[in-house]
Amino acid sequence: MRFMFIVKSAHSGPPTPELLEAMHKLANREIKAGRMLDNGGLMPLATGAQVRIANGQLTVTDGPFVEAKEVIGGYAIFELRDKQEALASAREFMQLHKDLMPGWEGTCEVRAFAGFTGA
Amino acid sequence: MHPSVSAVMTAADAHRAILAVWRIEQPRLITSLARMLRDVPLAEDLTQEALLAALEHWPATGVPEKPGAWLMATAKRRALDHLRRGRMLEGKHRIVALDMEAEQQTMPDLDAALDDDIGDEMLRLIFTACHPSLSREARTALALRMICGLTTEEIARAFLLPDATIAQRIVRAKRTLSESGLAYETPRGDELSQRLSSVLGVVYLIFNEGYTAARGEDWLRPQLCNEALRIGRVLASIAPREPEVHGLLALMELNASRTAARTDAAGEPILMLDQDRALWDQLQIRRGMRMLARAHALGGARGFYVLQAGIVACHAEAATAAETDWRRIAGFYADLAAIAPSPIVELNRAVAVGMAEGAQAGLSIVDGLMREPALKSYHLLPSVRGDLLHKLGRYQEARAAFEAAAALAGNRREHDLLLRRACAAAGALKR
Repeated sequence: MRFMFIVKSAHSGPPTPELLEAMHKLANREIKAGRMLDNGGLMPLATGAQVRIANGQLTVTDGPFVEAKEVIGGYAIFELRDKQEALASAREFMQLHKDLMPGWEGTCEVRAFAGFTGA
Repeated sequence: MHPSVSAVMTAADAHRAILAVWRIEQPRLITSLARMLRDVPLAEDLTQEALLAALEHWPATGVPEKPGAWLMATAKRRALDHLRRGRMLEGKHRIVALDMEAEQQTMPDLDAALDDDIGDEMLRLIFTACHPSLSREARTALALRMICGLTTEEIARAFLLPDATIAQRIVRAKRTLSESGLAYETPRGDELSQRLSSVLGVVYLIFNEGYTAARGEDWLRPQLCNEALRIGRVLASIAPREPEVHGLLALMELNASRTAARTDAAGEPILMLDQDRALWDQLQIRRGMRMLARAHALGGARGFYVLQAGIVACHAEAATAAETDWRRIAGFYADLAAIAPSPIVELNRAVAVGMAEGAQAGLSIVDGLMREPALKSYHLLPSVRGDLLHKLGRYQEARAAFEAAAALAGNRREHDLLLRRACAAAGALKR
């Protein structure tokens, strides 16, 4: 099954160097193990743009925006056996945040891709 | 929900959650122990004991914050106990034991766990599991167990065999390795590429076992494709200079990219040329094409797997079936026949030539294969012949060929399909 992990947080600052290094090592291990297919961190929302349809109107708005509560900071795509494996993997990833960036709060959303069967 | 049902579900979920953590940690555990004990089968036994310990403790305590560290500490303790018990507490084993005792004093932390570069040990593990002195069946079972972390029960389910058969295969294989002194070795130089073909053969066998599984079978069977892809990616990262490794990975990625398009809603197989190409997985195709390019850059363009990947790439690159570059595919089959002559490759070449140059050219090749003993009971030979004859308007002969093919077909779906084609040829005859 293919999964996307979407990491969201209200913290706008960059990760600590320790966390960054640990995440890099984890990603490296996961790629070498054939599980992680792709990953990336995103630039701050303020530097992005939003193309939106509301009330039948298409609008383009450049950042900065009125900050949302939780903003997507990064993602990763995995090919894993099942949801249990995805949860084990996401827990390990989030534990790094707990250990190496005290005070950080956020969510790692674990979502299966449509069209990939499995348990 | 009935309370006892929910309790059962919870226990099963806990079990699966532990196995999931286990599969992530298992390669590092087994390679670390193998390095210390200089014995891969023994290392595998002891890491299994760590899994059993986790299955015993974690349902009550919950999964620890650092499950990898817990498992590693437990596995090392078992290894230490083993060395203490053993009669060989001397020489290098004594040093290993002392080192490990010192290590036990300091609690391993997560960061150290991420630091380990297990590439060399992993390569050794893979080569040991796929040793040519073992039977093909034993290599396959050991690879799934030692590299992918599948349990005996999971392997048995995936291969539709009783648990005891797989358990026995694994025990025997490990004994063979230990008794023949092959428990801890990595081939180098010339031997490496020779041994690599045994490894790649095992990986491709696992892939094909999953690929031929029908929809609706136990989901563990098609899952074998993903296990093979995983081993392939591991190999590509630890043996990055070997073109055939990238070739095999490309071949598997490109074939797996068609999974969603290969069967209809009722589970009936759809032939490649009739598939909805919008369902092909473009991410996987791009990865396969990248691997294929790497294999070429490493000078492996004429390798066994690289050539096969090249053929599949021709299909992957064609936006519609009509745009398929059959001339190029026929060329790849000719190259493949030159390095690995086989009547089946020749039959495939006949199909490609028939598409590229016309049915008559294809038929000439097929007619040359009609007395080939290896294809005597191979249903695809008369099936291909029937197809070419039909295209040439020789309906009577086409019908006879399809009927002969149907009689040889191994499964019902193919049998029925071939009979339908025989009827179609008969129908064309009347018009």
